[in-house]
Amino acid sequence: MKKQIPIYFVLVSGIVMIIQYFIPSEESEWLFTYANDWVIVIGIFALALGIWSLLRSEFKKLKNPKEAFYAGTVLFGYFIMVFTALTREGREAGTLHMNLFNNILIPIQATIFALLAFYIASAAYRAFRARTVLATILLLAAFIVMLRLIPLGPLSAINQTAVGWILAVPNMAAKRAITMGVGLGAIATCIKIILGIERTYLGHD
Amino acid sequence: MARKSVLTFFILAFAFAGLDAQEASMGALGPPPAAPSNVKAPDKPNDTGHGLLVKWDLSRDDGAGLDNVLAYEVWRSDAADGEYTKRGVAVKGTSEYDDTDDSERVNDEPNPDFIVTGKTYYYKVRAMAGGTAYSDFSEPGSGQAVENWYHKGKTPIMIGVIIFWAFVVYFIFKARQGQEFYVRPLAGINAVDDAIGRATEMGRPILFVLGTGTAGDIATIAGFTILSRVAKLTAEYQTPVLVPVNDPVIMAVAQETVRTAYLEAGRPELYKPENISYETAMQFPYVAAVNGIMLREKTATNFYMGIFHAESLILAETGNIAGSIQISGTDQISQLPFFIAATDYTLIGEELYAASAYLSKEPVQVGTLKAQDWAKAVLMAVLLAGAVLISLAIPFLKNLVDVNL
Repeated sequence: MKKQIPIYFVLVSGIVMIIQYFIPSEESEWLFTYANDWVIVIGIFALALGIWSLLRSEFKKLKNPKEAFYAGTVLFGYFIMVFTALTREGREAGTLHMNLFNNILIPIQATIFALLAFYIASAAYRAFRARTVLATILLLAAFIVMLRLIPLGPLSAINQTAVGWILAVPNMAAKRAITMGVGLGAIATCIKIILGIERTYLGHD
Repeated sequence: MARKSVLTFFILAFAFAGLDAQEASMGALGPPPAAPSNVKAPDKPNDTGHGLLVKWDLSRDDGAGLDNVLAYEVWRSDAADGEYTKRGVAVKGTSEYDDTDDSERVNDEPNPDFIVTGKTYYYKVRAMAGGTAYSDFSEPGSGQAVENWYHKGKTPIMIGVIIFWAFVVYFIFKARQGQEFYVRPLAGINAVDDAIGRATEMGRPILFVLGTGTAGDIATIAGFTILSRVAKLTAEYQTPVLVPVNDPVIMAVAQETVRTAYLEAGRPELYKPENISYETAMQFPYVAAVNGIMLREKTATNFYMGIFHAESLILAETGNIAGSIQISGTDQISQLPFFIAATDYTLIGEELYAASAYLSKEPVQVGTLKAQDWAKAVLMAVLLAGAVLISLAIPFLKNLVDVNL
């Protein structure tokens, strides 16, 4: 029974939501909004679990002398950020919380994002090694597309035509093929979930 | 050219002199355009009952005659001879205006523009020329907004869904009868066992990243199914699996998935909930946390299954630098090139969804894959036929499958 109730619930709610998609009435829109609101409610309950997991992990590290210093610093940072956000001024500009957010967290995030530039170069180096015929074609196509950004004088017009064709024909065809496959795969997965064939998301087969 | 300049001068002169629109239209600006006619306001189809489509016949001076119409003004009232208020403007050559407002209240105040379902509204339209010259108003036309109970524009989607359901149910039925289906091998799936075996031999943990989507995304759900199989194998091999997540809901589902997998493998004592940990909801701090785990724990195998954004390449390149075997899968087209370049095996788009069928080898699951293949065959046939027909200027098939949302 413990396993059957969620499966029946998914079956009924899945079919109701499919029918809802084809009904534009106000009641139907209300049902859609109501169902989506539940996602937020569940998320709020789960957030407590997430915070507990985070704190448990850091407190556990405090017991290990090697990790205690870093874990303690991280925990201290957590509490500073949380308690400064709970003050009356909260997240207004110029408060301690916003200063910490803007001057420490944002630059750290930007730094990690900036790593992407270096990783693109190293990944491109591996991807474009002309080991096989297909890899060589890829290399040539990438070379032509990248040349678009460089002024080539009279060759620019020819290059633009070639780039336009590469992007609009083979590239677009591949993207659309993947999109169609993804669409069918997503519907198939939904059907499997609704019919109870796919149950691993419930924690069991 | 000279006459136009003189006319422009007079228009500006009158405007600055403070003449109102009606005076200007009757004065030296020339004759106003003819009024539009035959105003109607039928219900807007496929909506919640708060919209009307105002339609009219163009003014005689729109594109012909004086050819001085620039736009049409649409006015609305509750009564035929009541006070009309302006609803909007449609450019010349347009004979339709969508008057929709479904907000009953705005800023906690009753919204006067709200269209009540079933109430009769009256519309008048007038043509505008030169910005200050107007035609007379048309005769009023009326209509009522009706709540619709079926979205006609989605009929092609409904037909497609019914056909696909029929394929799925048919192949599930065939599979249950014992028919075996051939599915092409996927290198990424075949590598799962070897990758877990490698981690076991090296005595290092496995990292499973479920992406930065939400628990409701199909790709994340597909990630859960793969995590379940991977966790079962790792339980059998007694190799720890680390699942850092960026969403508490994903954490709760992943914990339950791994716990049950360990239970099914007969190793419930090996399950550690702290191995499935919530890191942070922010994108790049999450990347920093996962990269730290990779480099500290020296994970032998990394799985990336789910929805990924800009973090995909940072994660995959860090794993590559750490020397891990990496298997990725996502339905995000923009991230696929990064995964293909930086990981050893990649499940492309639908292969991610198909992975659970490959890993479980259950006939019913494989049957759904066959249904997908047949649906793709139908889709290809329709695409081919559509390309041929539209090239021959026969829009029949295009109109048949045209989705109007």
